[in-house]
Amino acid sequence: MKEKIVYFDNAATTKMHDSVIEEMIDIYKNEYGNPSSVYDFGNRVKSIIENSRISIANNLGVEPKEIYFTSGATEADNWAVLGTARKFKNKGKHIITSTIEHHAVLHSAEQLEKEGFEVTYVPVRADGILNFEEFKKAVRDDTILISIMAVNNEIGTIQPIREIVEYVKGKGILVHTDAVQLIGKDHVDIKELGVDMLSLSGHKIHGPKGVGALYIRKGVQLENLIFGGGQEKKKRPGTENVAGIVGLAKALEITLDNLDEKEKRILEIREYIIDNILEKIPYVRLNGCRQNRIPGNVNFSFSFIEGESMLLALDMYGICASSGSACTSGSLDPSHVLLGIGLPHEIAHGSLRISISEYSTMEEADYLLEKLPNIIEKLREMSPLYEDFLNNKGVN
Amino acid sequence: MYSKKVMDYFMNPRNMGEIEDASGVGTVGNAKCGDIMRIYLKVNDKGIIEDVKFKTFGCGAAIATSSMATELVIGKTVEEALTITNKKVAEALDGLPANKVHCSLLAEEAINAALWDYAEKNNIKIEGLKKPKEDIHEEYLEVEE
Repeated sequence: MKEKIVYFDNAATTKMHDSVIEEMIDIYKNEYGNPSSVYDFGNRVKSIIENSRISIANNLGVEPKEIYFTSGATEADNWAVLGTARKFKNKGKHIITSTIEHHAVLHSAEQLEKEGFEVTYVPVRADGILNFEEFKKAVRDDTILISIMAVNNEIGTIQPIREIVEYVKGKGILVHTDAVQLIGKDHVDIKELGVDMLSLSGHKIHGPKGVGALYIRKGVQLENLIFGGGQEKKKRPGTENVAGIVGLAKALEITLDNLDEKEKRILEIREYIIDNILEKIPYVRLNGCRQNRIPGNVNFSFSFIEGESMLLALDMYGICASSGSACTSGSLDPSHVLLGIGLPHEIAHGSLRISISEYSTMEEADYLLEKLPNIIEKLREMSPLYEDFLNNKGVN
Repeated sequence: MYSKKVMDYFMNPRNMGEIEDASGVGTVGNAKCGDIMRIYLKVNDKGIIEDVKFKTFGCGAAIATSSMATELVIGKTVEEALTITNKKVAEALDGLPANKVHCSLLAEEAINAALWDYAEKNNIKIEGLKKPKEDIHEEYLEVEE
């Protein structure tokens, strides 16, 4: 019998669309030529790549030559942050980012600090949205780059990218956004958004892992991160991940198709889960603004218990989710995002992220809601924190 | 990630709960680091640990190691209980992932802290018993880094 899997970890990665897999298999089987080769069998693969580039560019409102393929969003983020800072270091050495960025950006910023740059990490408000007043104060004459994510991966909050672009207009500061959690969740017109660089990933939008892209606005200069051959106009060398690129383009196309209806359904599931958790389980807290978040994200903290134990118990029922607890982060500290919105450590340890996709169903939400309250109750019964809490309350 | 035994002790924890008239209670760890263990001991006139219960706030490994520690301690003399090390707890669980070894350290410390409490309350001296550390995570961090 096939093990039951209820997949609620779509912010970590997603199930690939069947037609994406089919197109990729066709590439692997039949179009294995090297796009840089002279003969037609190789050269025609170049057109396959270019068609994918055109498709992605059209779907995002930009020119094909502004799309550069990478090994994923981590590389795209690294490249955008390190590449531009190093290029413009003589103009200024100040960078602005936020406290809740993905580590692909945060660790790049830390690398720049080692290289003599100064970085301002702008805090977010308790609702998980950038503190815009603090952001404005952070902008200086020697600021060369701002990198703020479009949507936070843990709590799903939507960041004011358009306002950031508007505020720094004419100041000669480049704006990069990690849009991994935005692309495929909303119709994005990058030109309208106004950023200079934008990172996206394949596997978060029902495409393959190991492929992503960096949009670089025409005219924006940045140093290479990788050195080698002449691929991607010599800016990102390495034989192209052809099947991955085709898969990325196809995934974006399918994910955007009928998007409004899909997102409406995802939102219904999210609100159903949030309402039910709030109703059925005491001592919980929804992390991140409820309104200003992407439809697929639910993030709760359950007092008195720890996240990894919740995940293990859910796993026994085949339910996949994630947590920002220390035990899942591989350090003794819980998630920097949850600490960033001001949660005390013990509340951050008890977080659970449920991320929904177009493949999620109401039946799956019911299954989760059937199992979760008992799991929380059982873990609380085991918790000395809960015992102390009840004793202090005068119960028992 | 975890052995079958760890998962079994996590899903079906033995000796979970409280002892109302416990001879000794020890609580170690801190909420900041994401794990707290509390061990209750009931020691009889002959110095034998008759009953042990635990409560744990923490990950699967923390819960499983506390539960296993209680089983290893029940029926032992106070002196024998002191010989139960984190290594023995981890071995009894068929091993722990490297990054979870500190959870077993917590179990050893919790037993020790409960024994200390028992000794203090009864004004007795137990050979080899050390005063519980305020925060074992600090030591753990020193070991790791």
